[in-house]
Amino acid sequence: MKNIKVPALARVEGEGGLYIGLKNGKAVEIRLDIYEPPRFFEGFLKDRYLQEVPDITARICGICPVAYQMSAVYALENALGVKISPQVRALRRLMYCGEYIESHALHIYMLQAPDLLGKESVLEVAAEAPDVVKTALRLKKIGNELLKAIGGRSVHPVNVCVGGFYSWPDARVIKALLPDMEWGLNAAIDTVKLALTLPYPDLEIDYEFVALHHPDEYGVIEGDVLSSNGRKLSISEYENGYIEEHVRHSNALHSRTVDNNTYLVGPLARLNLNHEQLMPRAKKALQEFGIRLPIKNPYKSLIARSIELVNFYEEAIRLIKEYKPGGPAHLDLKLIAGEGSGATEAPRGLLYHRYKIDARGMVQFAKITPPTAQNLPRIEADLFKLTPKIVSLPEAEATLIAEHLVRSYDPCISCATHFLKLKIAEK
Amino acid sequence: MTTKKPTVAVYKFSSCDGCQLSILNMEDDLLDLADAIDIAYFLEATRAQKPGPYDIAIVEGSITTPHEIERIKEVRATAKTVVALGTCATAGGIQALRNFANAEEFARVVYGHPEYLHYLETATPLSEHIPVDLELWGCPVNKAQVIEVIVALLNNRLPNLPPYSVCLECKRRGTICVLVDKGIPCIGPATQAGCGAICPTIGRGCYGCFGPARDVNPGAMATMLRQLERYPGETARLFRGISGYAPTFRTIVDDILPANEEAQ
Repeated sequence: MKNIKVPALARVEGEGGLYIGLKNGKAVEIRLDIYEPPRFFEGFLKDRYLQEVPDITARICGICPVAYQMSAVYALENALGVKISPQVRALRRLMYCGEYIESHALHIYMLQAPDLLGKESVLEVAAEAPDVVKTALRLKKIGNELLKAIGGRSVHPVNVCVGGFYSWPDARVIKALLPDMEWGLNAAIDTVKLALTLPYPDLEIDYEFVALHHPDEYGVIEGDVLSSNGRKLSISEYENGYIEEHVRHSNALHSRTVDNNTYLVGPLARLNLNHEQLMPRAKKALQEFGIRLPIKNPYKSLIARSIELVNFYEEAIRLIKEYKPGGPAHLDLKLIAGEGSGATEAPRGLLYHRYKIDARGMVQFAKITPPTAQNLPRIEADLFKLTPKIVSLPEAEATLIAEHLVRSYDPCISCATHFLKLKIAEK
Repeated sequence: MTTKKPTVAVYKFSSCDGCQLSILNMEDDLLDLADAIDIAYFLEATRAQKPGPYDIAIVEGSITTPHEIERIKEVRATAKTVVALGTCATAGGIQALRNFANAEEFARVVYGHPEYLHYLETATPLSEHIPVDLELWGCPVNKAQVIEVIVALLNNRLPNLPPYSVCLECKRRGTICVLVDKGIPCIGPATQAGCGAICPTIGRGCYGCFGPARDVNPGAMATMLRQLERYPGETARLFRGISGYAPTFRTIVDDILPANEEAQ
């Protein structure tokens, strides 16, 4: 008889529980119970004006608001048939760098690393290794400072609009971030070194990886939806390949491919599919430290995040050096009725939006598929694989390894409700 | 100091985690804060949980499910001081947009099987369910204000929070009025300061994240804004947004909407 109950899973964004039902030491039922309350964002968006959309969708997630703004503005620009200027595109990528830096530094050091170090929180880590935690906080702060410089504030920034930005950020303020960014790039490389020394639990999964792929850059804001199974769809064809459905135990919707397969989005998918497009220093780090791809261990997504941390610091430095505001910060929009989809890579994975608008620019229909909704069936499947390895362990240890698996996904439960209490019960 | 450090519990209700994140985002002060207080419960930051009662409960999010009504009462029963953190906790936040529509209809739009869901028809502030000792507005809250509130509570004084509107922050920053100069609809004159007037500074109108300011002249504001609308119903939508369920903003919208028209 084995009964493990943790009232609520910690160090994840949002709320949920995990149930593992055992029979003769084998998992017979696994459910991620999302008890994060249902939030009706697609409903709120109906009959709102298109320029209100990025301000509303930002509120889906306090950790990755930029992703929710970016997928929205691309979808709405597609609905209107307009294309932003190269300068605006560069600033969007720079802003996204800020969100990746902030979100990845938070997840690597504050949410996942404590599991690998046998600690309850980053504060416990700080008691033993204050310098590591100070480095982590500074790494994260620099991302937030970049977001603030572009968006006015780091959580729910206010500068993103359909067609571009309300105004160009001051070049002096942006350029002043360079010394911190240079420090951050080195600290990010040290983060990769540290990531490679951590004791990850064994688990290899044959995933179908899905990520945006762009031939000329590390896929974040445009490109095709590429699967490791070879399926390649344009963003507007996304729904032909990937289906979202509502399951009973969850306030989040669950996704699968049209071939009825679970799939993985997020840092492992991106790195495994897009490593050729990494920035030079990040690519060099892969070789220098002997990191072999594909990585198929979900716990090691921390390593993928650390490589991405290098990549986005590096790209931020390039974009800051090149930053030269010119031309209008946003397009003058001519409103027409239309429908458009948009997808960008949130730090935790592919985020798809589709909108229908009427001739007055009012939203008539909205569909949002967050990364965690796509990963939930995959997390459940991983737990099935993991359970036989942990059933003979002491309860507390087994619980921690299962929780750690869920945390390694960096799940955004608030986002997906539209997440975790662990309970392993013998049936 | 030999006395015991005050125990602090941080809770999440219906929300995006952004206000809790502003605690984790106090990068320069987080370790000092952890020295000054005993973080007894903070799920987003730590697995460790100490049993209550607690000196301070900081609560993010609005009340949107029957279970949350029970939970918030338990929070109240175990904490000496309850702080409502952010506009979801003080006014229902963006979730309160359901209060102006039919939540059942939203559930059908978003979810394939609404019968699997448990939710309330309304999203409401904490104060509709329990006595709240201190409200800190913002979507998200300003982290400097969060520090001010914690320091004030530790020193047994009232926090020093601005009683004026966003307008004064524009004046201080030297930001030219977007409403007067550019004719851009802005509800800064009716909105509490706290954000630093970030929207007018980048050339757009305030959309009310920090809730209603004191002594607003709603009639005058609505009359002016309605002459500047860039799309039908903009004035009503500006007020019926992030802080739309706050009583002052609700009244403004009720006054300007003809009985047969709905902003939502």
